[in-house]
Amino acid sequence: MSKIAETFSKLRRQNEGGLIAYITAGDPNPMYTAKIADVLIKGGADIIELGIPFSDPIADGPVIQAATLRSLKAGTTVKKVFRMSEEIKKENDIPLVVLSYFNLIYRMGIKNFFDSAKAFGIDGVVVPDLPIEEAAEYKKAAEAHEIDTIFLAAPSTSIERLRNIAEHTSGFLYLVSIFGVTGVREKIHGSTIRLIKRARQVTCGRIPLAVGFGISRPEHVKTVIQSGADAAIVGSGFVKIIEANKYRNRMLEALYDYTRQLKTATVKK
Amino acid sequence: MRLQKYPIGGKYGKYGGQFVPETLMTAIKELETAYLQAKEDPEFREQLNYYLKDYAGRPTPLYFAENFTKAVGGAKVYLKREDLAHGGAHKINNTLGQALLAKRTGKSRVIAETGAGQHGVATAMACAALGLRSEIYMGADDMKRQRLNVFRMKMLGANVHCVDSGSRTLKDAINEALRDWVANVQDTYYLIGSVVGPHPYPMMVRDFQSVIGKEIRSQFHEKEGRLPDALVACVGGGSNAIGTFYPFLDDAEVDLYAVEAGGEGLSSGKHAASICGGDEGVFHGMLTYIIQDEDGQILNTHSISAGLDYPGVGPEHSFLRSIGRARFVVATDKEAVDAFVKLSRSEGIVPALEPSHALAFAMKLAKTLGKDRAIVVTLSGRGDKDVEVVANYLGEPI
Repeated sequence: MSKIAETFSKLRRQNEGGLIAYITAGDPNPMYTAKIADVLIKGGADIIELGIPFSDPIADGPVIQAATLRSLKAGTTVKKVFRMSEEIKKENDIPLVVLSYFNLIYRMGIKNFFDSAKAFGIDGVVVPDLPIEEAAEYKKAAEAHEIDTIFLAAPSTSIERLRNIAEHTSGFLYLVSIFGVTGVREKIHGSTIRLIKRARQVTCGRIPLAVGFGISRPEHVKTVIQSGADAAIVGSGFVKIIEANKYRNRMLEALYDYTRQLKTATVKK
Repeated sequence: MRLQKYPIGGKYGKYGGQFVPETLMTAIKELETAYLQAKEDPEFREQLNYYLKDYAGRPTPLYFAENFTKAVGGAKVYLKREDLAHGGAHKINNTLGQALLAKRTGKSRVIAETGAGQHGVATAMACAALGLRSEIYMGADDMKRQRLNVFRMKMLGANVHCVDSGSRTLKDAINEALRDWVANVQDTYYLIGSVVGPHPYPMMVRDFQSVIGKEIRSQFHEKEGRLPDALVACVGGGSNAIGTFYPFLDDAEVDLYAVEAGGEGLSSGKHAASICGGDEGVFHGMLTYIIQDEDGQILNTHSISAGLDYPGVGPEHSFLRSIGRARFVVATDKEAVDAFVKLSRSEGIVPALEPSHALAFAMKLAKTLGKDRAIVVTLSGRGDKDVEVVANYLGEPI
């Protein structure tokens, strides 16, 4: 069983949902990332998702675009993100997922990328611009390295496609909650709930469902978990705190408090 | 196999594909189905032909540039006068086709990106003519250097969004248009301006632009009774070039030359030559040649011509290069400006800076060929929009 699968079965036994915390690696600079991840984990994050900054993040809204820019300006490279991953895994025994736009993986060479991912302790990979149709070589390489490949499904995804995506995904299925890019939003829409229910029907609990995009408040987390999701993915909410705090200790404190609030909302009943 | 058969399964050899967020997958599959149906529908074709003829002014002439030919010395140079199409560029061929398709598929809102502003203008025109709402994304830097076109778009009823992210040029305008499309895919048609992006766009835009090459074929035959020896066109994304080349792809005796923006020279790093100065990668939904760093981060490009200032190229071009069917060369900013001046003086035709790159290479090519040979250069647009940029470049600010 993969590390991600283990985490989800543990959560199920404890009757709670998972909290997946996304941060852009190297934001505000590469030295901070491992420390930030530590704090998120202490605050209750069950899985860390580390975004490798890419110059043209088309699936991201202004908050993560700005983080990407800060990180690239601070000199973050793909190699450095691997080293940050290693540092995080050395201190913590939780699953680590990286999110990368496909060109960074293609450029490195798909096999090469997974060689490094394995060596540095990465458990799963999310690629927001790689649909299943283009993923044959990628999937094969990931399987050979026993790394989970997390695919996405969206509100526009038909039932047939959903079935197909559920076959391809491993670790969990990433449900994109809305039509749109990443970013903080006011409320959870009815279409998000319907997507969770639809995905539930198709997967029958065979693969955990994690909902992301626009989830930033404890009540959002609560709503998606109660609607049948196994985990909530929060990104821009964390990134905004990183952006707003110049002083490291204040930032880490604020991140810790926010993570606690979100995690508390994952407990069922 | 015939080269005109491509794409196969959405790919040109290994190039092309559909590397987009899942949210868009359903939309681009539906678009492909709708386009393939429209293509076979006589009514759609008739409508498009009507607009191309009575609205856009097609066919555009094929002009023997005798003075230019004499000034250069060598092969005869013919100009395909896309600068005379409505709006002043070839862009209208594609926007009319796609706007009709948008209407047919019941989308009331059209979004588009623009670099030099020519595609934005052509989109705004087609949308005004067909009663559609248009929203144009344009990089902040491009808005500065192409102010005239910004106002033209506004006059035509388009809503112009200033894009302040990244390099503030065409690639960022595409990023922003894609983000808009992801959010509004249910009622919005994304009208891409070149043979780039995920399948079916490179195929669809090529088909709409192929009217250029088809006309060249029959017009040249009328004048010379044969096929031209060579075709020359500039390449940013590559729509006028593929539109020129496509009807000749399977005529091996016709040489195809695609001219990329060499900027300040390939070795300076300041250029926009994706094939001559880039590597394979995945960007804006396609596997193709792109300008990137070691890690795969997309680099800022440079060209005096906003319309060529893009770090990628249509996947069919990458394919034509990989099999050696088309030759890819560069012309620098300086060479383009020289050609701009030369054509203006010798023929009284002010070319856009984009096809000035093609002219610059055609001048070199013509000299190497005998007087009995003939080349066709696609003059993809007129240069009114570039007068200020050229004046500044020549140190005579207006």
